[in-house]
Amino acid sequence: MTIENFLLMRNEISLLAVILLILIGEIFVSNKKTVINIAIILFIVHTIIGFLPLEIGKLFGGSFRTNELVHFFKSVLNVGVIIVLLQANDWIKEKLSIENKSSEFYILLFATLLGMYYMISAGDFLMLFIGIELATIPTAALVAYETSKKKSAEAGIKFILSAALATGVSLFGISMLYASTGSIYFTEVSTLLTNTPLAVLGFVFFFAGIAFKVSLVPFHFWTADTYEGAPISVASYLSVISKASAVFVMVMVLFTVFQSLSAIWVNMIYGIAIATMFIGNLFALRQQNMKRFLAYSSIAQAGFILLGMIANTDLGITTVVYFAAIYIFSNLAAFGVVQSISHKTGKENIDDYNGLYRTNPKMSLVMLMALFSLAGIPPVAGFFGKFFLFTAAASKGYYLLVFIAVINVTISLYYYLLVVQAMFLRKGENPIPFYKNSIAAKAGLVIAVLGIFVIGLYSPIYEYIADISNFVFK
Amino acid sequence: MDILSLFVTVPIFTLIALLFAKGLKQVRIISLIGMGIQFVMAINLVFAYFKERAINSDIMVFTQDYTWFKNFNIHYTVGADGITVAMIVLTAIVVLAGVFISWKTEDLPKEFFISLIVLAAGVYGFFISIDLFTMFVFYEIAVIPMFLLIGIWGTGPKEYSAMKLTLMLMGASALLLVGILGIYFNSAGADGVLTYNILDIAKVTIDSDAQKLFFPIVFIGFGVLGAMFPFHTWSPDGHASAPTAVSMLHAGVLMKLGGYGIFRVAMYLLPEGAAEWGNFFIVLAVIGVIYGALAAVRQTDLKYINAYSSVSHLGMVLFALLMMNKTAWNGAIMQSLSHGFMTALFFALIGMIYGRTHTRDITKLGGLLKVIPFISVIYVIAGLASLGLPGFSGFVAEMQIFQGAFQHPDTFHRIASIITVSAIVVTAVYILRVVGIMLMGTIKNEEHLSLKDATWYEKTGIFLLLIPIIGMGMAPLWLSDMITESLAPFIHRML
Repeated sequence: MTIENFLLMRNEISLLAVILLILIGEIFVSNKKTVINIAIILFIVHTIIGFLPLEIGKLFGGSFRTNELVHFFKSVLNVGVIIVLLQANDWIKEKLSIENKSSEFYILLFATLLGMYYMISAGDFLMLFIGIELATIPTAALVAYETSKKKSAEAGIKFILSAALATGVSLFGISMLYASTGSIYFTEVSTLLTNTPLAVLGFVFFFAGIAFKVSLVPFHFWTADTYEGAPISVASYLSVISKASAVFVMVMVLFTVFQSLSAIWVNMIYGIAIATMFIGNLFALRQQNMKRFLAYSSIAQAGFILLGMIANTDLGITTVVYFAAIYIFSNLAAFGVVQSISHKTGKENIDDYNGLYRTNPKMSLVMLMALFSLAGIPPVAGFFGKFFLFTAAASKGYYLLVFIAVINVTISLYYYLLVVQAMFLRKGENPIPFYKNSIAAKAGLVIAVLGIFVIGLYSPIYEYIADISNFVFK
Repeated sequence: MDILSLFVTVPIFTLIALLFAKGLKQVRIISLIGMGIQFVMAINLVFAYFKERAINSDIMVFTQDYTWFKNFNIHYTVGADGITVAMIVLTAIVVLAGVFISWKTEDLPKEFFISLIVLAAGVYGFFISIDLFTMFVFYEIAVIPMFLLIGIWGTGPKEYSAMKLTLMLMGASALLLVGILGIYFNSAGADGVLTYNILDIAKVTIDSDAQKLFFPIVFIGFGVLGAMFPFHTWSPDGHASAPTAVSMLHAGVLMKLGGYGIFRVAMYLLPEGAAEWGNFFIVLAVIGVIYGALAAVRQTDLKYINAYSSVSHLGMVLFALLMMNKTAWNGAIMQSLSHGFMTALFFALIGMIYGRTHTRDITKLGGLLKVIPFISVIYVIAGLASLGLPGFSGFVAEMQIFQGAFQHPDTFHRIASIITVSAIVVTAVYILRVVGIMLMGTIKNEEHLSLKDATWYEKTGIFLLLIPIIGMGMAPLWLSDMITESLAPFIHRML
């Protein structure tokens, strides 16, 4: 192994460099606000480096692997993180830097991202498990970051307890899989795995751990409370970046490692998809707090994603990755508006949004686009994402499942329209007054909205994903 | 840019211009210019169509094809036959009239016209598409602005109505999605390529079981928009709460998407399904016709009367489509057009009466013929057209529908036809009842003595709609020929 081999881990190395630079910069730069700017600029540089083409290969005997799809997905996550950082900028500048804990925020956040990189690139269960742990534990600290708020601490402890249980269960599953195949490498496990009770049990336990990260029913209980208590930037990070990477891992592991058990997991996914869609949507109906509302909506969205997985073909991978990218931008646009309004006025309830269009038309329009994208209404990207997910499910003849999914789309439309109704139809007695966003917050929203439009209407993006995701079923 | 795609691009440019407009005056001038261009283009399209038809015998003319998502074989494909052309003319006229009728929109005028034009763009796009995916995209784009249009500028329980209408229509479109996917995955021809292109699918014989499974799904998906019983309930509430121009556009144009989609997609692509399920849907259509008419008799709110009358008239369109012969189909298309103009005119007049008297309750109105003679006379004319008086468009349409319906000698069709015909009598009852109570008699409210008759922009809107009603009634043949010609591929595939 030469030093060039390590360049396969270029993304990870460059992110690690960013983390270390911030750590050092914290020591030498006295002005905390400069650190914030440096952190963002460093991360943008890291993202741009990430866009450069990368060789395909394996490291450490197959523990770490990279390919175009993995590389592409890391870049998508990077862009998502940039949006999160831009949207969080005001909050960090005005709150965290006064409490003298702004650079730690970046370090923790980037550490979790590093964990996700390793999750995505993992070629064996050990690397995957380390990645999951690295992605989870700093997140708990981030969730509890607003130490002055009781709810934040409560959310943190809820998150860490459920996460610990989930990873524990997952590890138990991995050990069973090791027991039944004698290997932890994905390529070997996939060939050795047979439909024995022990293997199935191991798979189910392992799946539960990932399902927790995606917040699939019945592993979703932490979601709403955590989102509500956590700082909004962290909630949006959890709901998009963390979830998207877990979705990616899930689809990869299911399609490659557990291909021999597909007869089992297809049925499992079928049931979980229905439960996740219905529970996410039905609970979202009655929410008043925007963060809880988006939490349940993101649970429901995860249910829709399962429709792509059930296809178990190239089409499944493509549509899932495509939808995940769209979902990142849509949800970040929605969270960005919630964040901005909450930061400026402290208001987080749907009723507070009454008459928003008449005072803040641009914010309302961003929210409208985001909600339409989440609801799946053309011409924004969410429509295309959902349509193709449903196409993937229908390609295997799961018309009944698609039918159930479209019922859920209609249910979800109701609660998304409730927010639209508050913003556009009502005239609030005490509406949120007009205010101007900072440049960073604006940039965050604009990138998200651009993403919502471009990914959907500009078909070459889909074709690119399709081109790079056809390696599994060769 | 081809002649058909312009119908989508001109609204888009109008929208962009509107974004920079300030104040009601600029907004309505820009909208008027944009929609005026559309109107001229639509008239031009008729002539261009006849010219093209003389040298081109394809099913669809003016076709253009751009690949969109090539992995799914999704294209942006447009094309037109006689039915499309007729529908585009209907849309252009109703939208332009709608702009005139909304001349005095005070509250958020820019947003109003933007939503209205988005809706129009969606409708145009739907009619010109011959790719199911693109068609579906435009369908949803046409429906969703209704939520804002009713919710913001509506009257009465507007939030409830807007939500009900949007959810029912979007629910229907979700159902339609399942149907479209079903058609797509059974559309492989000899070359094994799946396609969304209607013309290509029409060359394939879809598996009989799939047809029987997906026909009702697609039919109901479109049928909800066509106010098919029992999925019509969004229509009266929605229309009653909607502002005038929106009621016009919705009843006049948007609901036609239902019948058009049923004919072009459900029946044309799934003929065996249509044969299997035909009688079931005939029963629903007949119930719709008679129920809508009877419900209209009992209403006192002008908009509810007209909304139920729409349920009845559109039920007749579905009935005619399911009669499965050339004459009835011709009548169905004519009825769609005729109802589009007529009901838009009705809603425009109701809006004018409501704007002046501030009530739509006919029991509180009376003797309007004396104070606002122009509006009242037009109302009588529209009423007469609606009940099928010869010389107006309604007669031409209904005549053909029943002529076609009575070609079926069997008992089931005969009974259905007789029940449907009897609805015409009920139509006369509710039309003449309104005329009697509201327009004749003495003035019930002294404030009504000082009412002013129609203004210039209202008159322009009225004439735009009235001319085609009379035109179709007096000289139906050229239109009828254009439609009949385009029915050939349907006849070839289904009969």
